[in-house]
Amino acid sequence: MSFQFLLQQCLIGLTNGALIALVALGYTMVYGIIGLINFAHGDLIMLGACLALSLVGALGMTAAGPATTWVGIGGLVLICGLFCGLLNVAVDRIVYKPLRNAPKLAPLVSAIGVSFIFMNIGLFWLGPADKSFPELLPSTNLLHNDALQFTWKDLLVVIIVGPLMVALSVLVKGTKLGKAMRAVSQDPTAAALVGVDVDQVIAATFFIGGFLGGAASVIYGLYINTIGFQMGFQNGLYAFTAAVLGGIGSIPGAVLGGLVIGLVRALASAYVGERWTGAIVFAILIVILVFRPEGLLGRRVKEKV
Amino acid sequence: MSTNRASRTSVPPDPSTGPWAFLAQRWELATLAVLAIAPLVIPALGGALGGQVTNLFIYCILALALNVMVGYTGLVHLGIASFFGIGAYVLAILTVPMYPFQIGFLAAAVIAVLVTAGTGLALGAPTLRLRGDYLAIVTLGFGEVVKVTLRNLEQITGGMKGLNPVPPPGAGVTVAGIDLGKEFAIDPRWFYYLALLSLAGVVLAMRRLENSRLGRALVAVREDELAAQAMGISATKVKLAAFAMSSAVAGLAGCLYAASLSTTADPNAYDFNRSIMVLCAVILGGLGSIPGTLLGVAILVGFDTVLAPWADSWIQQMNVNPKGLSYLSFSGWRLAIFGVALVLVMRYRPEGLIPSRRLASELRDGGAGS
Repeated sequence: MSFQFLLQQCLIGLTNGALIALVALGYTMVYGIIGLINFAHGDLIMLGACLALSLVGALGMTAAGPATTWVGIGGLVLICGLFCGLLNVAVDRIVYKPLRNAPKLAPLVSAIGVSFIFMNIGLFWLGPADKSFPELLPSTNLLHNDALQFTWKDLLVVIIVGPLMVALSVLVKGTKLGKAMRAVSQDPTAAALVGVDVDQVIAATFFIGGFLGGAASVIYGLYINTIGFQMGFQNGLYAFTAAVLGGIGSIPGAVLGGLVIGLVRALASAYVGERWTGAIVFAILIVILVFRPEGLLGRRVKEKV
Repeated sequence: MSTNRASRTSVPPDPSTGPWAFLAQRWELATLAVLAIAPLVIPALGGALGGQVTNLFIYCILALALNVMVGYTGLVHLGIASFFGIGAYVLAILTVPMYPFQIGFLAAAVIAVLVTAGTGLALGAPTLRLRGDYLAIVTLGFGEVVKVTLRNLEQITGGMKGLNPVPPPGAGVTVAGIDLGKEFAIDPRWFYYLALLSLAGVVLAMRRLENSRLGRALVAVREDELAAQAMGISATKVKLAAFAMSSAVAGLAGCLYAASLSTTADPNAYDFNRSIMVLCAVILGGLGSIPGTLLGVAILVGFDTVLAPWADSWIQQMNVNPKGLSYLSFSGWRLAIFGVALVLVMRYRPEGLIPSRRLASELRDGGAGS
């Protein structure tokens, strides 16, 4: 029984972790390429969730049959992904691009400003109270085992996150754009010298990070079932912690960090108590950073004169 | 960088001549004098308005504390409110009737300041070798840990209720026939003067710090850590000193806050939002600039307590918003206005409204700090 309980918590943790990892990718990719902690990313996802909720209502998806529901969810992921991706690119163009050569603090503070603006839009969109996101998927157990639960919702997380991660790693490792992204993250000036259009690559990075965030927002709505205009901060914090834990700038690191944070959260909630979860996650983060400042998979960067 | 940029900053009006020379050079003294006399002349400052101005002073102290870290030393600190909270709670634990200590405001404040400084050292010692962004995240994480701990250790901190009643300073102390505790409880001007005096002391200390050996070392580490180390400055020691000073002053602000409210309020008063608002004030006013920091706090607090209520009541009088829609009220736009202000300041005036001379030249030279 207790082993099964542990297994169940691990399953919950890994599913949650996959969702966190998807958000963490948005942080880590932007950081890897322009060295910016994109504080607005969590709130971008909140706006994606607002759009998803509005679309679910407008399309009447709560009344659809199972097949239509799955098609609808695919459509939601696509639309919210595009929305968040394009919004992210637009913010980069308007806000961060003029600050490329400014001291590091300037884009960071601007990102905090953008996060405030997004939160205000979310406040108008959703209202001050949390909204419940309709349950589109049946919560039947897929495993023939009473002690172990794995529902359609959990499956949804896996079947959306898995392919996205595979697609991302193919994109980064195998395509010309991916090569350009890696080049820009190593040295933007050198990349520009060999003919990489740095601005375009940065825009592409923001788009991909935003798209993953948009997909995450739909999954979040369907999986957690409650959204509110302040959800961006808390979730962004966990995801960013995951990115730092894995080594910020490293894509596999973000995935690993997300899974670890998910596991820690689930186990801490189960064995210590839900209300201590936040403190435990951040205490672990501080300890790991003290002993391994570059994160689990990050490169050690030498400071130069 | 380019010539027209250089010429824009190179010729400031000479403050040593002209009729305003005294004010330009001694703006602190002049402001202090006005603020010290004001409550005696304006009766409203003895009432609710006095409480708000006291609050403003307390936030000014908190912002000056953050300025030591972010402005002078260039370390991004996203958890200043947690030290504010620790100061408030330590003071409360040492003075509330619920605990056996009840040692009086002054002694409790001294201990609270020492405890926050020690906490800052304990957090800083292992984490200061981290690079800038990582340090920012550590302070952010620490802030969350403190908030969650304050909320959950109900036996010690009172949970969401907080600790109260925190007795007024000087409770039980009688000087020349005046019961100080009673006076503090009756007349808000006592708190006004206590906060003003503390703020003046902190401003004076900061002014001294700026021109001291340590203050210059802080700036040297901000400008270029390796070069500073090559000149014989121990970057670790200097950063630790900044951490301790910043935490201690934030703790002092926390003591005043808890004493003036006579409660610690609930732990959410010390969360990330407050840290960010104080950071915004410092950046808006001007990093590393004492008058800038004070102005930044005055603008943000003024927005919340003066401008927003006034604009809201004006909109209500115009009767354009009979249904109470949030986007038709001024305070509904609060976050967006702050956000746009931050973005615009970073875009067009990254050195802040009243820039520090040292930092302004660095920013105008084009990204020496990046």
